[in-house]
Formats: sequence, structure tokens, C-alpha cells
Amino acid sequence: MKRHFDEDLAQLKERLLRMGGSVERMIHLSAKDLFARTEADRAELEKLEREVNDLQIVIDDRALKLIALRQPMATDLRFLFMASRISSDLERIADQAINIIETTHHLIAGGPPLVPLVDLPLMAEICQEMLREALDGFVRQDASMARKVLEMDDKVDACKRRIFDEMLAMMESDQKTIRRGLCIVLISRNLERIGDHATNIAEEVIYMVEARDVRHHHGEGAAPGAPAE
Amino acid sequence: MNAIIEARGFGVSYGGSAVLRGVDLAIRRNKITAIIGPAGSGKTTFLRCINRLSDLAPGLGVTGGLSLDGRDVYATETDVADLRRRAGMVFAVPIPLPRSVYENVVFGPKLLGVRSRAKLDEIVERTLRAAVLWEEVKDRLNVSGLKLSGGQQQRLCLARTLALEPQVLLLDEPCSGLDPISTAKIEEAMQDLKSSLTVVLVTNNVKQAARASDRTAFFLMGELVEEGPTADIFTSPRDSRTNDYIVGRFG
Repeated sequence: MKRHFDEDLAQLKERLLRMGGSVERMIHLSAKDLFARTEADRAELEKLEREVNDLQIVIDDRALKLIALRQPMATDLRFLFMASRISSDLERIADQAINIIETTHHLIAGGPPLVPLVDLPLMAEICQEMLREALDGFVRQDASMARKVLEMDDKVDACKRRIFDEMLAMMESDQKTIRRGLCIVLISRNLERIGDHATNIAEEVIYMVEARDVRHHHGEGAAPGAPAE
Repeated sequence: MNAIIEARGFGVSYGGSAVLRGVDLAIRRNKITAIIGPAGSGKTTFLRCINRLSDLAPGLGVTGGLSLDGRDVYATETDVADLRRRAGMVFAVPIPLPRSVYENVVFGPKLLGVRSRAKLDEIVERTLRAAVLWEEVKDRLNVSGLKLSGGQQQRLCLARTLALEPQVLLLDEPCSGLDPISTAKIEEAMQDLKSSLTVVLVTNNVKQAARASDRTAFFLMGELVEEGPTADIFTSPRDSRTNDYIVGRFG
């Protein structure tokens, strides 16, 4: 029997995907600015950010109301609980994209490029792929896609550590590089946070699909559920 | 707002003691309105006044106004039989007539003079489909309605009520004796029906009100405490008594 409730759930899913699409676009724009050393299209960014913020409020409100009204159980309950979490992670990824654009502005104002960027574009690329995979896992209810995201996060962290060491050495040897070096460290930190939020989304998808809580490596291979109290 | 039922300062007493006082309530067309409240709150009394089943109780006194589709329910010229056709009711306990499934559904239309077999067949299929019962009984329309399960009997009663094409469907605890699957079928039927009629659902099951209705009215000790969109009532009620009732602190 098809339930009217299924239409509510489908609408919420569609909103989450719309939010995910806007956030992906924001990361794309921020990476483009960073590597092409261009100025962002402010109007488009502001529109996207507004859209993301509005959707977070709408998704939370709908999820809360559907929990109150429909008393969902099992897969429905996990979906609604995770929908609210995923929207919160997406909103914070959007904030990080804005931070990258602002720091890029300072980086460009600080002078010509210090060194050819290698790890930073790699990081940006991996982060975008992580978010894409996590959202695809959400759409297809596929925990294996989400698990790939967890593995990618280690690469992001390694890139960030290399960037930090490289910039530290450069700033120690030539103080004229400090401003630009700090900007690059900050941007790598923003990208690392994007990776962390994409990882959260992947973990949320795994919980939604398998009822298995894999946060902090808990539950991998073990029985689903929370630790014993 | 497009109201089909309007109560203005509406009060009811039995033998001089008031059971409903000063109810101002507009029930919107093509919506499902749930009426909730603890025992003795007056919710069933209110429902039974809409089609004047309350007339059957001795010593009834009515004050204020109550109208259905702009016509005063308690006006002396009101044709009560016609009123009950326009506002059909389904009760807590299903009471099929001791006749076939088919005859149960066509009983009302036949009394109204419908004779065409094709027309009656059409009514039977349409209303049984609307009551989410057709697939289960289409091959045994001639068996007695009493042979059906409790959940099926209740949906048969719903189909029988729908056969008279009411403007308003009054449901008095329609799922109180039903299993969850039959309950879900009745609730899904209500959702599909609301495009063509208005549903007023009295229920002691607060969760049913939450999941099945568009608007909710909370009655307490003969008074309407508040009415509003169900999503608001169940997440942020204005009155603390409503909050206490829906979270289960009393009632």
C-alpha cells in the first residue's frame, strides 16, 4: 500500500538534494577562484548561501513536524533524524566555501603566488568527490559508496599536514611570505573541515541504510546499535 | 478561509447541565479536522450535534448557532433526514446490515430511489474503492457483511456512508477496535477522500489525530481550548493545557 507519508519523505529528500547541489556549486566556485586567482561572482554566491540557509531551516522544520505527526519507526525514523543532521553538515560546508573565498581574496591581495600549488588542488578535488559520493550514497541508499568517503578522508588529512609543514618552513625562512602562507594554511584548514563534514554525511548515510553507527570507528564489523550503557 | 461547519457561541446541555459551552469553531472545507480531548470534554457531543444525532438524547438544550454549509442545523425547517445524508457518520463499532456486502452499500441509494443496476454497480465499486475495500471483496459481493473481519466491516460502513455522497464525513472513533493495518487503510482512505468532502474525526488516539488530520481542535470540560493546523498543535500548542494533554500528562 502506497502511503501519503511516502510523498512527504520524498519531498524532504528532494529538498536535501537541492541543498546538496547548491553546496557542491559553492565549493566549485570557491576552488575556481582559488586556482584561477579570480574574483567570485558575489551575487551568485550570496544567492546560493541564502538558498542553503533557507533549506536548512525548512528541512529541520519538516523533519521535526513529520516526527511529531507521523511517529515514524525504523527506516523512516532513521531517515528523518539523519535528514536533519545532513542538512546541518551541508550548511557548514557552505560556510567553509565562503571562508575559502574570503581568504582567497586576501591571498591574491598579498602578492604573486608563492609556489605552484600541488596539494591544495588535490585536496579540493578529493573534498568535492567526497561530497559527491556521500550524496550519491544518500540518493541510492548505498552504504558502500558512503564507506569510500571514509577512506578518502585520510588522504585529505595527509594533504593538510604536508601543506602545513611546507608553509611553516617557508614562513620561517622568509617573513614576507607570512601573509600568503597563513592564507594557504587557513584554506587547507577549511578544506579539511569540508572533508570532515562530508565524512559525517557518509556516516549518517551508513546509519540510515544499515542502522549501524560507525562514528569514531565504533560499530565497524560489530553488531549495530549504541555502545552498552 | 472556507468553512463548511460553523459553530458560534454554541452550547449544549442535557437536563439543565451544560456539556458544551460557548464553542466558536469553523471547520474548513476539504480538510480533515481532528477533535481530541479527554473523556467528558464534549467532543462526541459536538460531533453528534452536526447531524443532530444528539436529538435522540432526552432533555437536550442548545444555545448559540451551528451551521452546515451555511444552513442552520437547528432551524425548525431543517429536514433532519436530509441533514444526516449530507453529514454521514461512521461509529466506533461497525454495524453492517445483515445483508450482502453489495446490499449494504446500495441500501441508502435505493431508499433515495436509485433503481438502475448499472448505476448501483458503479456506486458499489466507487465507494468500496474509496474505502480501500474493493480489492478484498470484489469477488464476494454477495456474502453477508457480517462475515467480514472487523476492519473490513468498518470499511464497509464507510463505503455505505459514502454511497449517499455526503458533504461531510463524521467519524466517531472509527479505528478504536481495529488492528494497525485496518487503521492505516481507513486513514489512507480519509486522505484520498478529502478532495471531495470534509472529514471531522473524533479520536481518543492523539497519535492518530497527529498523523491523519490537517487541523486539530482540543476540547476540555465542554470548552474548545484551541484549534489550529495539526503541525502547529503537535509541535507548539499555544495553550499549556493542550500541551499537557498531547504529551500525556493527563487524560
